[in-house]
Amino acid sequence: MFGWLKRGASRGGEAPPAATAAERGILVFENTSEVIRAEQRLRDSGRPVRVMGPPPEIRTGCDLVIEFPLIEELAVRRLLEEAGLQPLQVVPVSGPLLKPVDLFQVKDFGDFLMIRAANMKLTFEKETRRIVNVSGGGCPDVPYLARELVGKTLEQAPEPRRIGHTLCGYALQLALEESRRRCSS
Amino acid sequence: MLLLIGTVPDPDCGLVAGEAAPDPAGIRVGGVRFPVTRGTPALIAACLAAGRVLGSPPPAVVLGGDIGLGGGSRLVYRHLVETLPRAAFSVLTFHYLQPDVDWHNRILLTLEGLPRRPQLIADAGYMYAAKMSGEAERYDLFTPDAGELAFLADEQAPHPFYTRGFILHEEQKVPELIARAFRHKNAARCLLVKGRVDFVACEGRILETVADPCVAALEPIGGTGDSLTGIVSALVHAGWPVAASCGIAARANREAGRLADPSPRSGVEALIARIPEALRRVLDSAAPVRHIQD
Repeated sequence: MFGWLKRGASRGGEAPPAATAAERGILVFENTSEVIRAEQRLRDSGRPVRVMGPPPEIRTGCDLVIEFPLIEELAVRRLLEEAGLQPLQVVPVSGPLLKPVDLFQVKDFGDFLMIRAANMKLTFEKETRRIVNVSGGGCPDVPYLARELVGKTLEQAPEPRRIGHTLCGYALQLALEESRRRCSS
Repeated sequence: MLLLIGTVPDPDCGLVAGEAAPDPAGIRVGGVRFPVTRGTPALIAACLAAGRVLGSPPPAVVLGGDIGLGGGSRLVYRHLVETLPRAAFSVLTFHYLQPDVDWHNRILLTLEGLPRRPQLIADAGYMYAAKMSGEAERYDLFTPDAGELAFLADEQAPHPFYTRGFILHEEQKVPELIARAFRHKNAARCLLVKGRVDFVACEGRILETVADPCVAALEPIGGTGDSLTGIVSALVHAGWPVAASCGIAARANREAGRLADPSPRSGVEALIARIPEALRRVLDSAAPVRHIQD
C-alpha cells in the first residue's frame, strides 16, 4: 500500500528504469486526486511511472506530477483518456525533480505511539490500535481527514490517499502506513 | 480590527464572512454555527477566549468550505481581493487554506496597496504559500511546528512533504533551522516555533525560549497549534509587540494545557476552555516579557 511512494523513495533520485533523464516527461493535472488515479491507471498498465514534486517553473502550490517515459506519450495519453483523465500539461523533464519525504519520527507516550511524517502526526493507542488523534499539517483536507480517521483502528481507517486531496493528505497516508508497519513487525 | 481567515471541512459551506461569537456548540460566524475540534474553528475559539481577557472586540472572520480540492479557499481568496481595499483591518491571520502562490501574490499586492498595511500573521497552508512565493519577509509572524520549520529552512522545498532528508526535523536542531530559514529569506520577521520547547525568534535572533509548563500530551492533540496561533493573534491585535505576544501566548497555551490535564486522546476543546484563566495568570506575571520588543 502506498508502495509507489516507498518505491520512489528507495530509488533515490533515479529515473524510472525505462528512461534516461533526457527521455522523461511529466504529466501535470488539476489536483492531486487526479494524479493518484492516473498513477494507478498507468502503473496497472505496467508502465514505470512515479509521483514526484513539480519543477519550480510549473509549481502552483499543493501539487504533484507523474514522471513517465516520454517516448510513450501517445499511449499514455490514450490510456488516460480512456480513464476519463485529461492532463493539463505534458512537459519534458529538464532538471531534477523533488522527492517525497521518507523519514519518520516516533514518540512513545506510554499507552500511545505518535508517528510523524513530514508535517503530519498520527497517534494511536497501542493496545487497541485505535487512532486517537491527528495533528499538524496545513492543507484544508487535514481537519476532514482527522474527522474521518480518529476513533477508527489502523485497519479500519480509510486511506488518506483515497479520500484526501493534498500533500498533507499524502503525508498522513505515510504516517498511517508506518503505524501499521510498526504494529505488524 | 482583527481578521481571521481560513477554511472548514464542509464542502457545502460556501463562503461565510462575519463577526465571530462563542456558541454552546462551538462558535458562530455570521450566524452560522461551527463545531470546534481543530483547524480554523479552534483558532477562532482560542482567539475569542483570549480576547475576552484582553477586552478586545470579537474578530471578523472569513471562512470557506474546503476539504482539500481548493474551491473554498479560492472563494476566500477572491473575497479578500474584492473587499480588502474597502476594509480597515489592523491584523490579518491566515490559516488553513489551499496553498496557491498566484492567489497569495494577488492578495499581497492588494495589501501593499492599502494606505496602512495591516500586520500579517500566517500559519498552516497559507504560510506554505507565503514561503513558496519568496515573499516571506513581508509577514510579521509565522507559527511553524518543528516539521514546518524544517520546510522553511529548506530553500528548495515547496511544501513540507518535500523537505529534504538531510534537513532533519529534530527539535535539537531548531536553532540551526531557524538560522537557515532567516538566511535564505524564508522566514517572517518573527517566528514562533511550536514544540517541546517553543522558540521566539525575530530578524534572525532567538529572543526567548519557553519550556514550562511542559505538558507532553499536547503534541499529539490536533488543534493545540491552532489555539496558540489564536492566542498570539489576539495579543498582537490588542497592541502587544509581536515578539512579546509570542512569549505570552506560548506560556498561556501551555498553562491552559496544564489546567486541562489532557491525555494523547483528548480534544483541544478542553484546552480552549481554560485559556482565559491561563492567560490571566500569565499576564499577571508577564512583567519579565513586557520589555521584549520586536
